[in-house]
Amino acid sequence: MSAASALSKSASKTVPEPSTPATSASTLPVGQHGIKEHSDGRFGYVPVQTRSDRFKSVNVADFQAVTGREAVWKHSPVAKFTDLTAGDLDGSRYLIELTPSAAISVEWVPRTDARIGTAGLPEERAAANAWGVFDDALAITVSGEEAKEITVTRSALGNTARGAHTIIEAKPFSQATVILANTGDARLSENVEIILGESANLTVVSLQEWDDSAVHLANHFASIGRDARLKHVVVSLGGSIVRVNPSVRLAGPGSDTLLLGLYFADAGQHLEQQVYVFHDAPKSRSRVNYKGALQGQDARTVWIGDVLIGNKAAGTDSYEQNRNLVLSEGTRADSIPNLEIETGDIVGAGHASATGRFDDEQLFYLQSRGITEKEARRLVVRGFLTEVVQQIGSPELEARLQLAIEAELIGTDDK
Amino acid sequence: MSVLEIKDLHVSVETDQGTKQILRGVNLTINEGEIHAIMGPNGSGKSTLAYTIAGHPKYHVESGSILLDGAEVLKMTVDARARAGLFLAMQYPVEIPGVTVTNFLRTAKTAIEGEAPPIRTWIKDVRQSMTNLRMDKTFAERNVNEGFSGGEKKRNEILQLELLKPKFAVLDETDSGLDVDALKIVSEGVNRAKANTGLGLLLITHYTRILRYIHPDFVHVFVNGRIAEQGGSELADRLEDEGYDRFLVPSNVG
Repeated sequence: MSAASALSKSASKTVPEPSTPATSASTLPVGQHGIKEHSDGRFGYVPVQTRSDRFKSVNVADFQAVTGREAVWKHSPVAKFTDLTAGDLDGSRYLIELTPSAAISVEWVPRTDARIGTAGLPEERAAANAWGVFDDALAITVSGEEAKEITVTRSALGNTARGAHTIIEAKPFSQATVILANTGDARLSENVEIILGESANLTVVSLQEWDDSAVHLANHFASIGRDARLKHVVVSLGGSIVRVNPSVRLAGPGSDTLLLGLYFADAGQHLEQQVYVFHDAPKSRSRVNYKGALQGQDARTVWIGDVLIGNKAAGTDSYEQNRNLVLSEGTRADSIPNLEIETGDIVGAGHASATGRFDDEQLFYLQSRGITEKEARRLVVRGFLTEVVQQIGSPELEARLQLAIEAELIGTDDK
Repeated sequence: MSVLEIKDLHVSVETDQGTKQILRGVNLTINEGEIHAIMGPNGSGKSTLAYTIAGHPKYHVESGSILLDGAEVLKMTVDARARAGLFLAMQYPVEIPGVTVTNFLRTAKTAIEGEAPPIRTWIKDVRQSMTNLRMDKTFAERNVNEGFSGGEKKRNEILQLELLKPKFAVLDETDSGLDVDALKIVSEGVNRAKANTGLGLLLITHYTRILRYIHPDFVHVFVNGRIAEQGGSELADRLEDEGYDRFLVPSNVG
């Protein structure tokens, strides 16, 4: 049920699991029985070998119609959001609520804003579709060295298919926690660019507590400057289909990122996250820890964790892990870690993935202290997810998330 | 007065090689306030007895019974046994990530008493017990057994013993892996719990050294799934000198 591995300094190049892309067609022996090109029509097509080489474009027409067979879409129910991948999107401004905070400005800026496109570019059709339509981008700009927090809430997007763009910039040496809170209904494809100047210390939390009908496809692109630190947290609890894909480039020497995720899929929910960390500078460090629970018929989660340690990234240290706790029959959790290393000079690189049911020994221990099986299960699930909550670093938000997890757990009692 | 009776207990366990018989007719009666030591070589079934009393699902009771004041323990769920007054201090307590010691203790106490303990006296009791066991205050906010050293885990078990106040406690190799200072602290905790509540104790151990600090009323030598010999504390002294050799000769054949 579990797999874990770690690579030491000596590993020079590894792309181990779970299934390496097929080798290029031209290297296949000719005439051997059973080996031929795929019959999907793309004759002679050679899959991308390195994560950073993936095709990127801001122009939706550059991407073929989504079929559901593409690497980025093959785990998603693409037929349920063709309006976001192929339809016309509403790119107008929308209503936000916010808790004002000194030294953090929140404003709408035009498409000509110099920051747009500096943190990353779309790698799939829904992202490009959103990129093409937004009238103005919401820009959250952090300055000032003292710690501060802001919450930007969207609760009235409605069920119109929308495209949106957000910029979060932390000026050099600035420090803040930015919480993007999402509630209500939505059919949204969006791009969020996160730009950290030198030595900035930024926490970004994307909180998905949508209504049951909401569909949300998000790509977060982060670029982290020298000695800057980004903590990025994805919390997905509510919504029908929620796909939040953070893509982080450690661009400056000594840059550091901690990517956390917490998700709880109920019956029929699809919660997905494709995480990509690109070590593109020496002495950069990354940690990825995503934890999820699944409960109910057709509860579905997907986690893909790509880590690329580029040839400029000597002396880097990285570790990614995903853990899933399966609470009932009829669920499915995909967990796909990929690690690609282009330099031999690293401090550490490892990954781990485990998906399993309750640990019987934990339950026995708790029950042997008089705690009923039901309560013991709740304690274990709560504990499992709390590990991520405890690392967010915002006491108010942590308390709120504990309550939200309690609410999810009450749901599990009836089953 | 409470009494725990084990009658002709036969227990097996499923292994890769098939069903393995471990306990072969154990008879033992423990009265409240008594300390019984069960000693024996590795693989004799001592821990199986401990886990069978607690109700671990891995162990299958073939026949026999365990009665707590006349009530059949074997019919109770694991948690019902604890609420009835049984406690097992484990040899290898498991980690419960994300659950703090404070939260765990309060949840367990509430489950056993049927109502939440009064806040003020409870906090005082917890603090006092932790101080007695030389446990730093910070333990309370750490996750249960997570990152605890071997000695810390054992102290945490005895902390629960003191606070949950069972009628009978089974201590499964609580002495293993403890240095002499930790052994003294843990033993003091056990003696204090007994002095305060008058509980009955079943002390499972391979070595005699814990018996220097916790004095048994009865010593039972466990060999090949049953009690081979019993006596008073003098039997422990003899085992200290001679080891288990004289018991092992005939039993290895069968």
